[in-house]
Amino acid sequence: MTSPVRELHPRKDPPPVALHDRAMDNLRYIRETMERSASFTHVSGAGGVVMGLVAIAAAGLATTASSATEWVTIWLVAAGLALGVSVLFMARKSHADGGSLLTGPGRKFAWTVTPPLAAGAVLTIALVRAGSIEMLPGMWLLLYGAGVVAGGSHSVRPIPIMGASFMVVGVAALLSPTPWDATWANVWMAVGFGALHLIFGVIIWRRHGG
Amino acid sequence: MARNSALRRDDARGRPLGAVQGRHPETEALELDRLIHERVRLGIVSSLAVNGSLPFTDLRDLLGITDGNLSAHARKLEEAGYVVCTKSRDGRATKTEYALTATGRRELEAYLAHMEAIIEATRTSEGEPKS
Repeated sequence: MTSPVRELHPRKDPPPVALHDRAMDNLRYIRETMERSASFTHVSGAGGVVMGLVAIAAAGLATTASSATEWVTIWLVAAGLALGVSVLFMARKSHADGGSLLTGPGRKFAWTVTPPLAAGAVLTIALVRAGSIEMLPGMWLLLYGAGVVAGGSHSVRPIPIMGASFMVVGVAALLSPTPWDATWANVWMAVGFGALHLIFGVIIWRRHGG
Repeated sequence: MARNSALRRDDARGRPLGAVQGRHPETEALELDRLIHERVRLGIVSSLAVNGSLPFTDLRDLLGITDGNLSAHARKLEEAGYVVCTKSRDGRATKTEYALTATGRRELEAYLAHMEAIIEATRTSEGEPKS
């Protein structure tokens, strides 16, 4: 007669997860997925196209600027206008989808984009006061790109790619060996804020709606 | 699997699971498991509930899964009638789009109600004085 075999190291099952904890976890997952998917598509392609057109118009107008201050003013007004257009189109798109920009995803997007833009605003003041206006196009493009990459990290693929493209153009503008020249500055701005917005705006519009 | 055993444990304790719109709480909960409860399928249905329809690539990027994984799970939902898949030509490429059906939306709502019922039942039982 043999004695029953006893395990030397009896396996211990992990403690059971309470049913209500699992239910709460599921509800949390559903809410997060819904929020992520809402912010995923609210970036407006049509808004991007209009922003690109505003930038190209500003580049044309900026060639007539008689002073550095006037040049900066033209671009700051264009930036404000483009920002307004962007918010308006995003709000329109989210409203059409039955959502709101003020809900979780919109707020999260704004919080992610705002720090690089705020840093850009402060640096603009500092560089203008220091008389280093030649740094502005590259700095604006680089920080705007950083904001778009961060804000678009949970969005459709063209958004972070667009942000990265802005950063590339920004780096090129900052490291460009050409001396400060208003024409070159306008070219960098038109290529970045104009052409990139237009190209990616059309892509987003076609693939993910206006 | 772990959830199924958790369900059985709760059943054994006699804790109510919460009836949802005429469903039998014990058997129907297990049915929900097989169709919507799985994480990827739950993610697909939740995403489509917000957007109505989404292209294959968007859904894949949104959920952070592979093409094969999405195809396999979406097929199961399609077979159950929860989503419909449409294919169209976009130049040389084939564009695949998924949309949530009325049945899929109803099942998601039932699933949500069921989860809420479980939480509510737990709160109620925890609030009851122990004999």
